Amino acid sequence: MKKKIFFTTLAVCLMGAGSCKKDSDFLNAVVPIGIIDSQIEFNDPALTLAAIGRLYNAEVDFSGLDNNWSSFTDFGESFASENGHATQGRTTWSYDSWANWDYTYIRELNLFLERIAGSTGLTAADKARFAAEARFLRAAQYFELAKRMGGVPIITKSIVYESGPVSAVQFPRNKESEVYDFVLSECDAIKDILPKLPATKSRATAGAALAMATRAALYAGSIAKYGVNTPTVTLSGDVVGIPAAMATGYYTKALASAQLLIGGTYGSYKLYQTALPAADNYAAVFTDKSSTNNEVIYIEDFKAFAGKVHGFTTNDQPYSNGEEIDDAGRLNPTLNLVQAFEKLDGTLAPFATRDITGAPAYYDTPQDIFAGRDARLAGTVLIPGAIWKSAANDIWAGYWTPNANPANLTFEQGTITTSDVASNLKPLPGTTIPVQVVGKDGPINGLQFHTQTGFYIRKWLDPNVGTGRRGQGSDIPFIRYRYSEVLLNAAEAAAELNQFPVASDYINQVRARAGLTVPLVLNSANYFDRIVHERRVELCFEGLNLFDYKRWRIATQVWDGQNETVTDLTTNLLSATHRNTKQWGLWPYKVYSPGNAATNGKWIFKEVVPAPNTGVLLFRLGNYYSQISDAILGSNPKLLRQPNQ
Amino acid sequence: MNIKFNYLILLAIVIAAVSCKKDNYKAPGSTLSGRLTYNGDSVGVEYNQVPFQLFQSGYKLTTPIGGTFNDDGSYSVVTFDGNYKFTIQANQGPFRWKELAVGRDTVKINLTGDQTVNIEVTPYYMVRQLKTSVVGTTRVVTANFNIEKVITDPALAKNIQTVSLFINKTTHVSNAPGESVAKTDIAGGTLPANLNNITVSATMPTFVPTQNYVFARIGVRISGVEDWYYSPVRKLTF
Repeated sequence: MKKKIFFTTLAVCLMGAGSCKKDSDFLNAVVPIGIIDSQIEFNDPALTLAAIGRLYNAEVDFSGLDNNWSSFTDFGESFASENGHATQGRTTWSYDSWANWDYTYIRELNLFLERIAGSTGLTAADKARFAAEARFLRAAQYFELAKRMGGVPIITKSIVYESGPVSAVQFPRNKESEVYDFVLSECDAIKDILPKLPATKSRATAGAALAMATRAALYAGSIAKYGVNTPTVTLSGDVVGIPAAMATGYYTKALASAQLLIGGTYGSYKLYQTALPAADNYAAVFTDKSSTNNEVIYIEDFKAFAGKVHGFTTNDQPYSNGEEIDDAGRLNPTLNLVQAFEKLDGTLAPFATRDITGAPAYYDTPQDIFAGRDARLAGTVLIPGAIWKSAANDIWAGYWTPNANPANLTFEQGTITTSDVASNLKPLPGTTIPVQVVGKDGPINGLQFHTQTGFYIRKWLDPNVGTGRRGQGSDIPFIRYRYSEVLLNAAEAAAELNQFPVASDYINQVRARAGLTVPLVLNSANYFDRIVHERRVELCFEGLNLFDYKRWRIATQVWDGQNETVTDLTTNLLSATHRNTKQWGLWPYKVYSPGNAATNGKWIFKEVVPAPNTGVLLFRLGNYYSQISDAILGSNPKLLRQPNQ
Repeated sequence: MNIKFNYLILLAIVIAAVSCKKDNYKAPGSTLSGRLTYNGDSVGVEYNQVPFQLFQSGYKLTTPIGGTFNDDGSYSVVTFDGNYKFTIQANQGPFRWKELAVGRDTVKINLTGDQTVNIEVTPYYMVRQLKTSVVGTTRVVTANFNIEKVITDPALAKNIQTVSLFINKTTHVSNAPGESVAKTDIAGGTLPANLNNITVSATMPTFVPTQNYVFARIGVRISGVEDWYYSPVRKLTF
């Protein structure tokens, strides 16, 4: 019994002795391993690199390879071959489409800048580069906000609220021009701090800063110039809209920044030109990650077999020669876009599907109708029969049998033999043996993951074997800025400043690379349509389309909510305001006419709107600037509501 | 055992007694409705395209109750009793709203129970003396009407871009996709100077399944204004 009491007392004493430390002593003695103190982090170059790496990862893209394949679709340029996809039946965009009010990211960047300024453990060179990179990312985010929301409050330091009236931390919207000015002045300030290394593509460089400056100045300039066409898209105090008098200044700035980059003193960038045929060369701009690719200025990079990959190739590869079962073929370029690629003589023409009598035009192979076009067509789009990963795709919509002698028959005076999937065989008219009557890739109305327009995407598709598998993925980088766009920015700015020979020279460099040998002569009458068109074909599926149409203030005309008939589709192709409200496809048919050797086995084509595309696109005036949500407006009464909403 | 059971009953009674207070707000019960009018005449718009906002002040947040007008210019909101301010945002609708020096005017509404409040606006144009007819055999719908230019102040007036006759199988008749089966446009420049006695006709397609009635109305597109003005919808039986 005594022993028991003794041991109990001893145990209590020991426990008491062990626990007599103060809580604070105990808690502070153990350094948590999950959280790194900012004092430690910002005095260690590797940890600071990790911090800025996270901020790079958070950069916002409109279209992005890790941002879902859907981010590349919409706007009449493509059809989404996935059942129930929102773009198929889209009639209009809600006012909050594309909205972004991410001040959390801006706060993180401001905190990064403040902490790096107080760092003592980093070399001066490291400090300067990290700080410039954070300023680059902050400018990029403000540019993104300006594109989507117009004027926003410019916050350049972290804000702490402790007490007092909350109005002290509520900020009104800056002028739209002030946001662009901020972006431009930041780019100016950091371009001489950032490294002038063209080989560095996934981190900010001097070239990237200049490329951002030229794009931002061009956007601001065109909003100033073309804002008069949409007088109601403005707010008091120029919070939305830029005064017309500022246009020339912005265009001059855009041209000057582009010329600094083109001049080569900020890194030697040039158009990607190899011995490959022009179409393959253009496609390789997006897939060549080697150091020979000096067209690429700034990218979001990926790394295969290291956990940083994306599924773009898996989602969008051709169905019949894809590498994954039922995961393919979602992004189908439309005929609207495909026919915008010029003929080699620099003229635009729709595809000749009929002769002048209205009878179908016959072709020997399904590729013949696409012959003699801008090489970027085959570089951007996989046409019927195109080779992908060493196999040809199988795109054809069925057999067409004329009801009588084919002379002067229309397409409608024939019988279509097709089925709902390629493996369902059917006999041709007058025969009994079932044969394949539709391509393994479609097009078949409503058959998802197969093309429904007759085209697959090629841009951004990874040609390496295995990259179409879900488990492996692709590491093709997403290009945020490339030299070709800088040339087009320079061409547009020069043309807006009436420097047409300069503008023609820049635009012709881009066109020559695409195999268009006849130089274009820009003048005051044709430059606008030509530049709108050139940007549309050169920069399609790169996330720039919407913002271009917004800044030119022609989005309300291009997507006007009126049905786009086949006549609308095939006329006035060069017009900048060409209606683009339906998602047209071009379906190839094999002619089966055993009695007529002249046409039997040939190919004819038909313009078709895929049946799931029930919507007609309408861009409302209120869509020019995305909605600031009622929650944000309600919590900060100093913010103005967007116009026309 | 008996005692324990009694305790349980007692406990249940106590819980029931303290919890008998309702913890919910009452559902909103007052309907505010009305329509767009000009001197008592309806002003038609496109369904779900012209928004309005209803503000109730005195709360921490100023988030408005939002809604849109129907084809015939009518609206309705079910909400709580209280003091509201009704407004329409700038550049919305084919009409002018009262502008004050310090911003947009509001209609003050003191809501107590169901209430009808018509919203008086000044449209740019009104369609007057609309006469419509249909010939079943030729499937031609004809409309004859005058257009009244309501806003004549040169600083504010706007021209007519297009006048259109729309026909549809349902009561949703407008320029929106899918809301017309046939339409005929007249360019604003070809209208008579006094805008009187305008006749326009359109041929409707064959309906599957057949129906022996259609709906028609006149739309006026005003230069520089996004929303169309529409006359009242007419049902035509043939």
